Amino acid sequence: MTTPPQGEANRLLSVRGLNVYYGESHILRNVDLSIAPGQMACLIGLNGVGKTTLLKSIIGLVPQRSGCIELAGSDCGGLAPHRRARAGIGYVPQGREIIPQLSVRENLLLGLEALPGGMGRHRHIDPLVFELFPVLEKFLARRGGDLSGGQQQQLAIARALLGKPRLLLLDEPTEGIQPSVVLDIQRAVSRIIRETGISVLLVEHHASFVRQSDCYYAMQKGGIVASGATADLSSEMIQRFLSV
Amino acid sequence: MDLLYDTLFNGLAIGSVLVLAALGLAVVFGLMGVINMAHGELMMLGAYTTYVVQNLFKNGPLEGLFPIYILVAIPLAFLVSGLAGLLLEKTVIRRLYGRPLETLLATWGVSLILQQFVRSVSSAFVVGLVVAVALGLVAPRLWPSSWAQRRWTPLLAVATWLFSGLIGIILASGLGGIRVLDQPWFSARNLDVTAPLWLRGSVDFGGVNMPTARLFIVALTAIALVAVHCFLQKSVWGIRIRAVTQNRSMSDCLGIPTETVDALTFLVGSGLAGVAGVAVTLLGSVGPNLGGNYIVDCFMVVVLGGVGKLLGTVVAALGIGVLSYVIGSGSLLLLWPAMPAGLNELITFFATTSMAKVLVFALIVLFLQFRPAGLFPQKGRLVEA
Repeated sequence: MTTPPQGEANRLLSVRGLNVYYGESHILRNVDLSIAPGQMACLIGLNGVGKTTLLKSIIGLVPQRSGCIELAGSDCGGLAPHRRARAGIGYVPQGREIIPQLSVRENLLLGLEALPGGMGRHRHIDPLVFELFPVLEKFLARRGGDLSGGQQQQLAIARALLGKPRLLLLDEPTEGIQPSVVLDIQRAVSRIIRETGISVLLVEHHASFVRQSDCYYAMQKGGIVASGATADLSSEMIQRFLSV
Repeated sequence: MDLLYDTLFNGLAIGSVLVLAALGLAVVFGLMGVINMAHGELMMLGAYTTYVVQNLFKNGPLEGLFPIYILVAIPLAFLVSGLAGLLLEKTVIRRLYGRPLETLLATWGVSLILQQFVRSVSSAFVVGLVVAVALGLVAPRLWPSSWAQRRWTPLLAVATWLFSGLIGIILASGLGGIRVLDQPWFSARNLDVTAPLWLRGSVDFGGVNMPTARLFIVALTAIALVAVHCFLQKSVWGIRIRAVTQNRSMSDCLGIPTETVDALTFLVGSGLAGVAGVAVTLLGSVGPNLGGNYIVDCFMVVVLGGVGKLLGTVVAALGIGVLSYVIGSGSLLLLWPAMPAGLNELITFFATTSMAKVLVFALIVLFLQFRPAGLFPQKGRLVEA
């Protein structure tokens, strides 16, 4: 297990002094966070503390008022979401956001858009995603909106993986999903990190999933209030930050 | 039996024009959700493009190719209307996404501008317009870079455009003194487009007389439908368009350049309006008010079919076409001679083109009370996503 990296050179994602507002409401307050290559970091905190907003501001869906977001040393704070995706940030949002009228295959092809040339140049779906989520291969022709919640979550993760991101943002991937599929997703995420070496920033409420991460950042009232190696996360901390 | 076939064919022909006219709107309104009141005027631009191409092929070196001028007019009309739509999207609609009422008003204003444009356009007018736009675009590039972030920079930009406009007006007025440059290109009167000889006859199918112009429109509609279907379902840009129209923010996060997709979608929808403009020149004269005759019908077709469903647009347009013709032409009375007296009088009352339209629209309004989402509503667990 590792602690959050301190050296500038060892950071894949570096967020410094990030402030985000919704109108006049101050949502994120001077957030500092960093993730090393191949590291899995977990964001924990009660509902409404700004975890999803932080992920949205990293992908570019929510504009920042001040601060800096760097990916591998390059400032990406001013880029549109599609440019950040092409720079190597994959995003699996809360609620999956599958394109409902498109088939599973078309949804997967959309994942290739983050690669240079997009779908126009790449039409090959990496077999790894079918190894991770066999159900997707079975339902390739089915509409994304017709899949169950768990299948949609698997599709959303597979779609993000096909863009070969360097950093994967996972926003509550096990929310509202039956326990057997939760385990499948946890196993898949572990294998993804092991085999592809990508970094993951995870927002999660399942303690068992949080325990898989290397380090944690605990949020309260829009700011980071604690961080460290997940191995050092006490039961009291879990109780305090993971209760819904 | 011949009467039935004749009635069905004529209804199908009217419906085909509606399909073609509404197809572009089905893309722009149905997929993007943009209420484009200038859609009819984009059709009008397509019709005027046909008129210009026809004139080019009437005399001069291209005279021998006159029989095929309409085949040249189709892609050109697509291009002209498509580019006009692209300009409209980039300058007006892009700033109004998610604000339907403002979009409705703005595009209605654009429709009036386009109508007046074809009435007034002359060589002097075009020179003035081009100079004004060029000056407005070039002048800010000549400013010192230190002016870019000043508090008064937006005011300076407005002043530059006003000044450029003034220069354009002065230039156009000055050139207006030269008679040949002041001559309106089209004027306000209606213009006739002469169809090639092969589109002026008719074909006899088992006793049913089918005008070739209408057969051509049916074929053009079928080709346009297949092309749009293949583009949206099979091409890479089609998948991007469908993704962006269903979930813009997620598509953006996946790496799709949503602004480019918006522009392309609008170009295709507007271009299809141009192709519809070519078709309507075969049915009547070309004038500044041409688009206004179709816009309400087009919206009715898209809403009745189910917003976002191309199949719905086709079924609704053909249904409206056949029903309008059957009621308006009085064919129903001939098809069913033994009709009860009361019903006979009612059908006779509606047996004119305008009254048939009133009845059909009343039926559509009634139908939408029971099925507000139209004939083919969107389905799926995540329709609202």
